[in-house]
Amino acid sequence: MSLLSIKNLHATVGGNEILKGINLEIGPGEIHAVMGPNGSGKSTLSYVLAGREGYEVTRGTIAFKGKDLIDLAADERANEGVFLAFQYPVEVPGVVGMTFLREAYNAKLRYLGEPEIDAMEFLKFVRSRAKTLNMSDDMLKRAVNVGFSGGEKKRNEILQMAVLEPDLAILDETDSGLDIDALKLVSDGVNELRSENRSMLIITHYQRLLNYIQPDHVHVLAHGKIQRSGGKELALELEAKGYAEFSGEAA
Amino acid sequence: MSISEETVDQVKQLEADKYKYGFVTDIEMETAPKGLNEDIIRFISNKKEEPEWMLEWRLKAYKHWLTMEEPNWAKVGYEKIDYQDLYYYAAPKSMDRPKSLDEVDPELLKTYEKLGIPLKEQELLSGVVAVDAVFDSVSVATTYKAKLTEMGVIFCSISEAVREYPELVKKYLGSVVPHSDNYFSALNCAVFTDGSFVYVPKGLRCPMELSTYFRINAENTGQFERTMIIADEGSYVSYLEGCTAPQRDENQLHAAVVELVALANAEIKYSTVQNWYPGDETGAGGIYNFVTKRGACRGDNSKISWTQVETGSAVTWKYPSCILQGDNSIGEFYSVAITNNAQQADTGTKMIHLGKNTKSTIISKGISAGRADNTYRGLVKIMPKAEGARNFTQCDSLLIGNNCGAHTVPYIETRNPTARVEHEATTSKISEDQMFYCQQRGLSPEEAVSLIVNGFCKEVMKELPMEFAVEAQKLIGISLEGSVG
Repeated sequence: MSLLSIKNLHATVGGNEILKGINLEIGPGEIHAVMGPNGSGKSTLSYVLAGREGYEVTRGTIAFKGKDLIDLAADERANEGVFLAFQYPVEVPGVVGMTFLREAYNAKLRYLGEPEIDAMEFLKFVRSRAKTLNMSDDMLKRAVNVGFSGGEKKRNEILQMAVLEPDLAILDETDSGLDIDALKLVSDGVNELRSENRSMLIITHYQRLLNYIQPDHVHVLAHGKIQRSGGKELALELEAKGYAEFSGEAA
Repeated sequence: MSISEETVDQVKQLEADKYKYGFVTDIEMETAPKGLNEDIIRFISNKKEEPEWMLEWRLKAYKHWLTMEEPNWAKVGYEKIDYQDLYYYAAPKSMDRPKSLDEVDPELLKTYEKLGIPLKEQELLSGVVAVDAVFDSVSVATTYKAKLTEMGVIFCSISEAVREYPELVKKYLGSVVPHSDNYFSALNCAVFTDGSFVYVPKGLRCPMELSTYFRINAENTGQFERTMIIADEGSYVSYLEGCTAPQRDENQLHAAVVELVALANAEIKYSTVQNWYPGDETGAGGIYNFVTKRGACRGDNSKISWTQVETGSAVTWKYPSCILQGDNSIGEFYSVAITNNAQQADTGTKMIHLGKNTKSTIISKGISAGRADNTYRGLVKIMPKAEGARNFTQCDSLLIGNNCGAHTVPYIETRNPTARVEHEATTSKISEDQMFYCQQRGLSPEEAVSLIVNGFCKEVMKELPMEFAVEAQKLIGISLEGSVG
């Protein structure tokens, strides 16, 4: 059974139809990459899956672990195990990263009807997760994303993902704004988090990221539809030929 | 039998005893008729067994009050108060107290639970048991007072101080807020019922935080509370006022006066959490909180620090201030004011620099939600002799939703060219991006708002004593409930 099953998904933003019938099946442990030109609806897809307000599903279904996702609020989806690594992580002034993450972790425990974790135990847990990612938890002593460099922000997203242990991680242009070293560090982190129980949906413009994170499937999104699907070789082909093939209005 | 049942039983026993001795009739007779005149003031003074000079002072204030007009410059609107339709002296309620927590408004209990308040305190706060009944049975309170007395700290009700320490009271009463200061403080001078009195002797660093909450045999201080704190040379005291739990009160008008005096090298830290009933969603029935709080840094190198978290009341009118008389004295004001629904707050501070090299810091965080209005009003005044005076002011406003207002009204008067005065102000909204980010990490909209607002207030919250800070954080979330979604 698929972990995520998207059928004929249509969605509008501010009255404009952006997604025009997406079909996508993601099995447990699979990594799917969605590539496409600017304005093809890639980020819209990630926001629709995460349940952002203003992104309205007009037709179709999204089933996650067999549950209908569309009726759930953004926080419920998160607690069900959907994690979105943001393209532009948001600053939360005055809120220390560790507190933010503990609140999030405890929100999930409450959702699952489990007792909350105490601060000391959580600190140890986060440190151990940071260690496996070869990251320092220093970032978590600062206010969330405030004054972070582009690389730090993306690393912070991956660290949050490692702690919250989602079943489905959506990485929205995680490679944007990263230099080669930062890209490698972030990719290593993502690879570390690959597992049989964790699926990933990687949204990107460029093939570059896929050199580091090897996808099982690659899809081309254009004009609100998936135009072509294939293996990782499709990404290489796109890198060589560009999106010109998909730039006209699809038949 | 649970502890709470036991407490209730004890109280019932007390009440039964009162019937037996006919105290009930006595209590009924202790309520003065409605309205305000010289006879009522004499009645209050007589009830409190006050000396003649105290009565004279009250009458002087009353006569002055009659010549004054109610101020209307604050950005708050409320129905005109009929001062002849109020009770100025009422004995504590004892007849219509709920018999158990089962009879208490479930909404109130829900809030207590969220704040994590123990059952025994819940009973106290909701009026199931009387304050003295609880504290008499709690030995910690008795130990507390004995220890303070041993160290030479005076911590008692102001009525007791008037009787027991008349010289101290005479010397300082009205010396910071004179009887003629303003309309509401003049009214307070005439009719104040009770409040706290603190004196910390020379050179003593008071090792525990003094709290109204722990004052033994605290009476129902009612709507006209009067507090006075004197820190003698080289002493230090931290005082906590109020309570994070919501307090219901029959009296709609509250006009308190707080006077602080710090002598040379002394420091007073005064922290308030105010969470009085704000009224329903339209503001009906909420409390009017018109308070005059002022501290005098009378000696060189003295320091007064005000920290307030204001979440309650329908209308708040409050400007805790510092008069920096001594050279090198320091005044601080840290404030969080939250208004939701129809609440209105006009609050801020005054820093009056008189001495050389005096310093003041003002950090104000105003949060508005619903249809509420939140105004910061502040005065920084540098007098001609205040060589090298410095002030730093930061006023930040946060808006939640589209129907609330934030206003900043800073007054700066500088009469000395060596002064340095800085003012920074920002206004922001909780962004959709922030909300979505928090929700995507699993926080409900209400948890997200609470987290973001607590982050916004962090600089002020960290000034609160530990025992207040944790509850105050939860309180911020609770006061903003229903402001999103």
